[in-house]
Amino acid sequence: MAVAPSSSNASSAHGARAQLQPPTAFLPPWGWATLLLFLLLICVAAPVLALAVPHGSNLHLSQYWVALAGKILCYAMVALAMDMVWGYAGILSLGHGLFFALGGYAMGMYLNRAMTAASGNLPDFMQFMQWTHFPWYWQGTEHFAYALFLALAVPGLLAFVFGFFAFRSRIKGVYFSIITQALTYAAMLLFFRNETGFGGNNGLTDFKVLLGFPVGTMAMSVALFVASGVALAGMFLFARWLVRSKFGRVLTAIRDAESRVMFCGYDPLWFKLGVWTASAVMCGLAGALYAPQVGIINPSEMSPANSIEIAIWTAIGGRGTLIGPIVGAVLVNASKSWLTVAMPEAWLYLLGGLFIVVTLFAPYGIVGLWRQWRLRHG
Amino acid sequence: MVEMWMGQIVAQEYGADGDAEAGYGHVRKPGLDISHGVALYLDGISVSFDGFRALNQLTLAIDVGELRCIIGPNGAGKTTMMDVITGKTRPDSGQAWFGQTIDLLKLREAEVVAAGIGRKFQKPTVFEDLSVQDNLELALKTDKRARRTLFFRLSGEQRRRVEEVLELIHLHDQAARRAGDLSHGQKQWLEIGMLLMLNPKLLLLDEPVAGMTDAETERTAGLFTSLAGKHTLVVVEHDMEFVRRIAHKVTVLHEGSVLAEGSLEQVQANERVVEVYLGR
Repeated sequence: MAVAPSSSNASSAHGARAQLQPPTAFLPPWGWATLLLFLLLICVAAPVLALAVPHGSNLHLSQYWVALAGKILCYAMVALAMDMVWGYAGILSLGHGLFFALGGYAMGMYLNRAMTAASGNLPDFMQFMQWTHFPWYWQGTEHFAYALFLALAVPGLLAFVFGFFAFRSRIKGVYFSIITQALTYAAMLLFFRNETGFGGNNGLTDFKVLLGFPVGTMAMSVALFVASGVALAGMFLFARWLVRSKFGRVLTAIRDAESRVMFCGYDPLWFKLGVWTASAVMCGLAGALYAPQVGIINPSEMSPANSIEIAIWTAIGGRGTLIGPIVGAVLVNASKSWLTVAMPEAWLYLLGGLFIVVTLFAPYGIVGLWRQWRLRHG
Repeated sequence: MVEMWMGQIVAQEYGADGDAEAGYGHVRKPGLDISHGVALYLDGISVSFDGFRALNQLTLAIDVGELRCIIGPNGAGKTTMMDVITGKTRPDSGQAWFGQTIDLLKLREAEVVAAGIGRKFQKPTVFEDLSVQDNLELALKTDKRARRTLFFRLSGEQRRRVEEVLELIHLHDQAARRAGDLSHGQKQWLEIGMLLMLNPKLLLLDEPVAGMTDAETERTAGLFTSLAGKHTLVVVEHDMEFVRRIAHKVTVLHEGSVLAEGSLEQVQANERVVEVYLGR
């Protein structure tokens, strides 16, 4: 049907036909290219530089850098998970560190059991408590698959139960944020107690063996780094799929006009609960990858300040975009690693200042600034 | 015998949209029953806020397919009446029926929507960050449970429905535009379009042409006139010119009850209406 392109306002109801726009591509070509480049860097370039290039060479990647980069990739996963609930559904969590730590603890339990199986020694905290048997809830954690399942299921279940009551009672905004903060604080106090059976304030450490391979070697660091990179890429694709689906668009709608969503016949509860639980599971996996790379998991990971920092990475990178939180987590943590060595006392001031500046002048973070710049300069 | 019973009950439960014939004397037909020609019936509704009587023994009947305009000075109870119908406010006394069988006073907001009543608020509320077509797609009458939305794709028929409504609300060349970037009048239209996607039997429209240009108001009048018959419309509006264009029947509210009812000429000739509007 040919319609003359002129006469803009002459659209008598039958003149111009409505044409729905086809959905945009899952990722634009440059997006696929970036993802491919990222995977090549993680899976090919980094292992080659770390394992094949000899120690003396300038190109050699030291184990310190591999471990640091792997740790930052785990933070990026948490920021991505945070962004799905905050950036898309408008739910600000100040307790995401809890889900991350629980994933880490589940993996730490396996690593402790593997150490005990290999050396015959019980973990330090059990010797200290004069326990000769693992508590009942350590049952089965000697199996890697079960520990990994716990790393995903425990944060997921906790988030589901907590979220169900919070969202059903229509707790929103700052009230919700404060409750999540209290939740992670309460968990931290619980895990600090020696009687809880997770190593008290020392947490779980002394990791020696993972799936039969020694922990602490270059090969193990590279393997965990690659696993973290692949997990991050997988989570990114999952998040992209979710926010593009009708489910994801309902989330955005809930963020912008919840009453209208209800008057469209949706029950916001299940949408919020779904994304909230998925986000917690993602954090759990990130924590499970984090513990063996850092070599320790302790209750300080549940401290409220840690969870607030996750929100800051997300805000600085740009919430409501998927690449933003990843950029934010990487940039902030890279500068933290550098600055806490160079000027340790300045770091907290810088982080706080950066957060204020971003909130005031760049509500969509670094990615938002970049998009603005692109709009202005073609 | 028993088997037959079971079969019929099952058939009735799973029948298309509850349109199955109700064959048993005391078994109430599910869904909306408008066989007596009345879409909405309010009877003796009273609502008080802290001693202030917002609605006072309000009785009102709206016929199926009617386009009814409700006018009245500020504080006459127009918005409170809509709140009662949509389950937002519970009246102190009285009854509210949707069709013959649906007792509106027993339903929550979402159930009122599911029963077939759509409401447009005074201030246009659309999903600003989504495209115009996404706004309509989200409103589309379909299974709204969360897990059904994960893999949802528009069927050909549903696409045509979205396109049809896009044309109806004159936003056919704005489908991909961000809803937040629309003009005020276009947002009003988009919200009306979202109501139409829900395919409600009864539309409640609170000041739908506020903030529209004259041309937009005229188009809206045309739209509403074309909707009447297929849908039942209740319009609260201050713009008398607009009311004159669309109304077949006008109800004047004053101090929470009906002061006059009839064609616009009739109510404008009514002495008490003149008194209320112009002061004594």
